[in-house]
Amino acid sequence: MSIKQLHHLLPGESAKILSFHTNLTLQSRLVEMGILPGVEIRLMKKGPFNGPIEIKVRGYEVSLRYNDAMQINVSE
Amino acid sequence: MDNKMPLIALMGNPNSGKTAIFNLLTGMHQKVSNYPGITVEQRRGNAQLSENCAVQIMDMPGTYSLTPESLDEKIVAQQTLKWLNGIDRPKAIISVVDAGNLSRNLYLTSQVMEFGIPVIIALNMMDRVKRKNQDIDAEKLQKILGVHSVIPMSAREKWGIDELQSALLNVINKANIEVSSHIQMEIPEEIERIITPISNFLNAKNNHDNYITNIQTLRIITRKSGIELYSESENLNAAEIKSLTILRDKVAHEIDELGLNHRILEATLRFEMLDNALMGNSIINQNEIKNQSRSERIDKILTHKWMGPLIFITLLYGIFQSIFTWATIPMQYIDSGVGYLGNYCVQLFSQGILRDLLVEGIISGVGAILIFLPQILILMFFMTILEDTGYMARVAFMMDKLMNKIGLHGKSVLPLMSGYACAIPGIMATRTIDSWKERLITIMVLPLMSCSARLPVYTLMIGAFIPNKPIFGFLNLQGLTMVFMYFLGTVTAMIIAAIISQFIEEKGKSSFVMEMPPYRMPLAISLFRQVYTRGKLFVINAGKIIMAISIVLWFLASFPKPESNGISFSIQNSYAGKIGHAIEPVIAPLGFDWKIGVGLITSFAAREVMVSTLATLYNVEDEGDDFVGITEALKNEVDPLTGMPRYTPLVALSIMVFYVYAAQCMATFAIVKNETNSWKWPLIMIAYMTGLAYFGSLLVYQGGQMLGLV
Repeated sequence: MSIKQLHHLLPGESAKILSFHTNLTLQSRLVEMGILPGVEIRLMKKGPFNGPIEIKVRGYEVSLRYNDAMQINVSE
Repeated sequence: MDNKMPLIALMGNPNSGKTAIFNLLTGMHQKVSNYPGITVEQRRGNAQLSENCAVQIMDMPGTYSLTPESLDEKIVAQQTLKWLNGIDRPKAIISVVDAGNLSRNLYLTSQVMEFGIPVIIALNMMDRVKRKNQDIDAEKLQKILGVHSVIPMSAREKWGIDELQSALLNVINKANIEVSSHIQMEIPEEIERIITPISNFLNAKNNHDNYITNIQTLRIITRKSGIELYSESENLNAAEIKSLTILRDKVAHEIDELGLNHRILEATLRFEMLDNALMGNSIINQNEIKNQSRSERIDKILTHKWMGPLIFITLLYGIFQSIFTWATIPMQYIDSGVGYLGNYCVQLFSQGILRDLLVEGIISGVGAILIFLPQILILMFFMTILEDTGYMARVAFMMDKLMNKIGLHGKSVLPLMSGYACAIPGIMATRTIDSWKERLITIMVLPLMSCSARLPVYTLMIGAFIPNKPIFGFLNLQGLTMVFMYFLGTVTAMIIAAIISQFIEEKGKSSFVMEMPPYRMPLAISLFRQVYTRGKLFVINAGKIIMAISIVLWFLASFPKPESNGISFSIQNSYAGKIGHAIEPVIAPLGFDWKIGVGLITSFAAREVMVSTLATLYNVEDEGDDFVGITEALKNEVDPLTGMPRYTPLVALSIMVFYVYAAQCMATFAIVKNETNSWKWPLIMIAYMTGLAYFGSLLVYQGGQMLGLV
């Protein structure tokens, strides 16, 4: 099991959320949407030039900014 | 609306199809208004459930939870706290749930279930689930959660709505419905012990049952704003707030010391409960994230690295092309219709001030609003399609990085594009941007996008003074000048956005957590309903201002009336003419004379009024195609001092640059005031735009003269 940040995943790769280091507003937004430690996600795509990334979680799709994805630890 | 009707609250996540259900239940009997002082829409409507039973349905803003983060959530949280205290308490709650996305949607539902109000789950979008050959056991779900009923339905395919209505009837007809015991979170003993100081505090205030108190406690611990909300609803005094805050910080610290995160405590416990219940009873399986959806396959093309932007630009081009071509004919009809009505009134009433006010003030004011309606409706039609199909979210995704560099948001793109037609619908469309700072900057630069009211001014000036000659063989100087005006406004908007983003303080961090809705075919009925409501909003909001300004301008242009009847009245002697003369020294360095000055003033109603003002000033008879007459008049005007033509291509260019930048549309400022809730931002907008206009024109005219251009 290796720990890395969400933005390091490649399109198509799945991982489990471990912890957040994002700002508080974002943190509570994410957890309310069911994106919380222990939940499995799949990276769908990355926008060009470090643009937003899109993940699939709990059967829906959601996008995050690259800088925010850097603050989220995941384990493969 | 009748307040004695039983009240039903409609709640749900964004994109759960809540609005479609609201429309199905209420038909056309709805009332849209803003919550007092803010721009979140409040919608209520009546639903006839049976021959002798009607209810009032309150559509709550779409939210993910009851934790107050955004404006929408704050409203929902405030409202539900009132219910707990028995104020405006609804008879039942319909919780709309996207069946394809159960666990996340049920988060809000599970919070809502805790008020002791009967909850009916509208299990929407079952058509999509069924198409994937899956099913959800509604009866089992109802038992597990402990709600009144779970109604599988599809608002798109219009089935299940009768069952929803009979479930509502069932709740309402029972005098004392007992709320079945619902699923509860397991709060570990250790945590319950730690939070006791706060729950004791809350218990002293009012005696809800133990579970509700614990949940309120958790919500206070999660966020400082929880204290704010609670103290508002309970009218705590300053000392009480202070002691509660101290308690909260201490408890939060103790929770973190356990190795937990106090900020996500409620969400963790709640999702644990939901996941266990749903997966434990095999309502859903865990492999949801592995499946590649149809939307994901479509996105491979529509958000492709270079095909995506290309498709977007092509779409935009197509949309604007059709706005300008399709709108021409209805605009001509409106124009001649208003003219006809004016003439009719002239014949109907005897000459006098009242007739002038009616014809030149009121009717032409109404005309100034209606003339843009075709363009705006077509624009709104396309924007609604882009929104309803889910494509808008993809555009935001593609553009966010670029927009973020200049302080804007991916969602700023479409409002800015709408600005090419009219700033007002664009400003209203910024409501979808969650971050206050990014929304405000979008609003502040939006009027720099050249709207269609500037088009007649550009057309007149270019037609009269820019030579129609080819450049590089295939381009044309007139066309190029026109493109340059749009380009100038757009680039300036980007630069200004980058500058003001340095000065505006952030209210809450900006983020881009945006749900990507699956692609869907838009429904004709909801499409037309949205275009209708937005169009109505435009006519009412902008209409009031344009009308008032038109009347003031009519007054300025028609008074004072000459004393003796012998001299025929001309605008030159009016207040407007005097103002034009008075500001001439200020605008002379830009190459403008007093007549243009009058045009600048009358442009405050709407910019295209400049053209008809010049026509009046040059005594051009309005014979349908007034462009030809006025073009000749402008070309023939001679400067009395030099004997040279008064207007040159350089003056025309200076006028156009002025119109690109100038703050002239009063209706826009009124909307900005509405949306930002203060006069501060419209005033700053007027100041910076006027500055840009003046110095931009000054630079063009003086610089051009220095370079020996005429």
